Amino acid sequence: MSEKQHVFDTFLRQDKLPHIWCPGCGNGIVINALIRAIEKTEIDPDNVVIVSGIGCSSRANGYMNFCALHTNHGRALPYATGVKMFNPKLKVIVVTGDGDCTSIGGNHFIHACRRNIDITTVVFNNNNYGMTGGQFSPTTPLGSKTKTSVYGSIDTPFDICSLAAAAGATYVARSTVYHVNMLINQIAEGINHQGFSVVEAVCDCPTLYGRLNKKGAAPDMLLGFKENAVMKAKADTMTEEELKGKIVIGNFAKRVDRKEYTAQYDSIIESAKGGH
Amino acid sequence: MENTYEIMTGNEACTHAAIAAGMRFFAGYPITPATEIAELSSEWLPKVGGKYMQMEDELASMAAIIGASSAGAKAMTATSGPGYSLMQENLGYAAMAEVPIVVAYAMRQGPCQGVATLPAQGDIMQVRWGVHGDHPIIAVAPASVGEVYTETIRAFNLAETYRVPVVIMTDAMLAHMSERIRIPDSSEYECVDRKRPTCPPEEFKPFADDGTGIPPMASFGDGYRWYCSGLIHDETGFPVSDNPQLTSDSIKRLVGKVENNLKDIESYEEYKTEDAEYLIVSIGLLSRSVKDAVDQARQEGIKVGVFRPITVWPFPEQRLAELSQNKRKLFVCEMNEGQLYHVVRESAGVTPVVQITQNNGKMIAAETILKALKEEI
Repeated sequence: MSEKQHVFDTFLRQDKLPHIWCPGCGNGIVINALIRAIEKTEIDPDNVVIVSGIGCSSRANGYMNFCALHTNHGRALPYATGVKMFNPKLKVIVVTGDGDCTSIGGNHFIHACRRNIDITTVVFNNNNYGMTGGQFSPTTPLGSKTKTSVYGSIDTPFDICSLAAAAGATYVARSTVYHVNMLINQIAEGINHQGFSVVEAVCDCPTLYGRLNKKGAAPDMLLGFKENAVMKAKADTMTEEELKGKIVIGNFAKRVDRKEYTAQYDSIIESAKGGH
Repeated sequence: MENTYEIMTGNEACTHAAIAAGMRFFAGYPITPATEIAELSSEWLPKVGGKYMQMEDELASMAAIIGASSAGAKAMTATSGPGYSLMQENLGYAAMAEVPIVVAYAMRQGPCQGVATLPAQGDIMQVRWGVHGDHPIIAVAPASVGEVYTETIRAFNLAETYRVPVVIMTDAMLAHMSERIRIPDSSEYECVDRKRPTCPPEEFKPFADDGTGIPPMASFGDGYRWYCSGLIHDETGFPVSDNPQLTSDSIKRLVGKVENNLKDIESYEEYKTEDAEYLIVSIGLLSRSVKDAVDQARQEGIKVGVFRPITVWPFPEQRLAELSQNKRKLFVCEMNEGQLYHVVRESAGVTPVVQITQNNGKMIAAETILKALKEEI
């Protein structure tokens, strides 16, 4: 490592650090994975655009040295769609959270999956709204305590990966901030995949969700991810009862049967210009 | 120069002119009475290598055109009342992040779903203040299909020049009515492109004032890496939450882009105002009824003229204040319960201001205006 600069020196905006997140927050690990994935894919950093919405996770692109839009709550995907559609050469990545992506942005999410536009979406899932102080989100497990579910949540959570796959996303995977190498590989695969890809990064929020549900400090939560993680292939053989409290990791979809959206539109341009 | 004439609806003229002005991206959601702009964009844009997208809703439509504009596109959406309400959130982002975009906005009878197929002018204040917080916005209100064409070109130029959202305000009737218009030759108008940075990429600060109040804008992918937040941000685009001076300076620069350039932005028409004792203020298609009423009144010896703001926002208040000085009375004719009325009162000084309103989805007939005028003089 004598002359070559470390990837963090060039891909992080050093002048914007330290970050705003709490001690022990898993978001930094996801940034680490994202940066290493971008490095791995060897894409031109000048062509990377990272779009985010609002929430803790959506601050991530401010710390990374790429083109970026920090947009409105839930809206990262339609902004990203406009960027990608107008200039398909750009590598567009969305960083979003469980609330941003599947609650206020839920409609945009399923339609982006349906469209199959070549955008890589990294969902930081910490099971609650962190930035506003720990309220329940669409991924808060049943019975969990949050600031707005002090008696335990009665709202059935979404399984983000199943939702994405059902809505038509062509690459879907999940990992946790404990399984960092897997996360790096999944994000890199998502970036290389020609189509809409979703990588869910299960992430600890020790300050709010973890504390309110007595999950211990950050290291305890990470160990919890390690202990409760089950690979998708194995999970497929387990009963619903056996899967209670488990985190299914691995690939949920990897399809090549659907054409990418901007490529399809190129054909439209071709035929429109040809007068058909 | 060759004169090309065509019969077009307001919506057709808007789409045709937008493409002539350089629009290469349109995202929208079907809504009466603006839908034809989406339909025509979907057909015409790919012919010139442009892109059309039908989004899942109006929030997404506004978001997508801002994204495309950030990547360098001249981009537009088209909508009406309920859709425009949904666009406000992301319209605020366009104002805050200074991303040039254009909205073709055909007003329909409100509130709520109102009457989708009938014209109204109930959204004059929403166009100005629908977005929360102080922000710049420009809105033009053409009065004819021909003017829809020329004002649409101007809307794109204003958006590119000032990095401010620009709204083209028509109504359900102007959007759908056909007129014979002259299509201007491309040599007759200028197509303005946003100012680009010239510094080396590593020195680029995307929101640094270069002395004009309007920072140069890079497109994603052209080598300048820039970041922008919808939060109050510094010249690097990064959020800053604990700096009162920067907060105040940022907002003043944003709104100053319009307020410091009124001479270039504002436009209006004065009709028979030279010797007028009375003045009727009116915008859009309705102003043509008002002109009819004025012509009839003049035949009866009533000295009345029309002041028609073409830019509704910024409202040409200084010119109206000058015109108001020697008038006996001002009238505001509008299809709502009184919106422009309040703005006119601010410019009227001591001159009394009288409302002529009708809010039923119908254009106000010249006879109705004349009758109301005569009752007050």
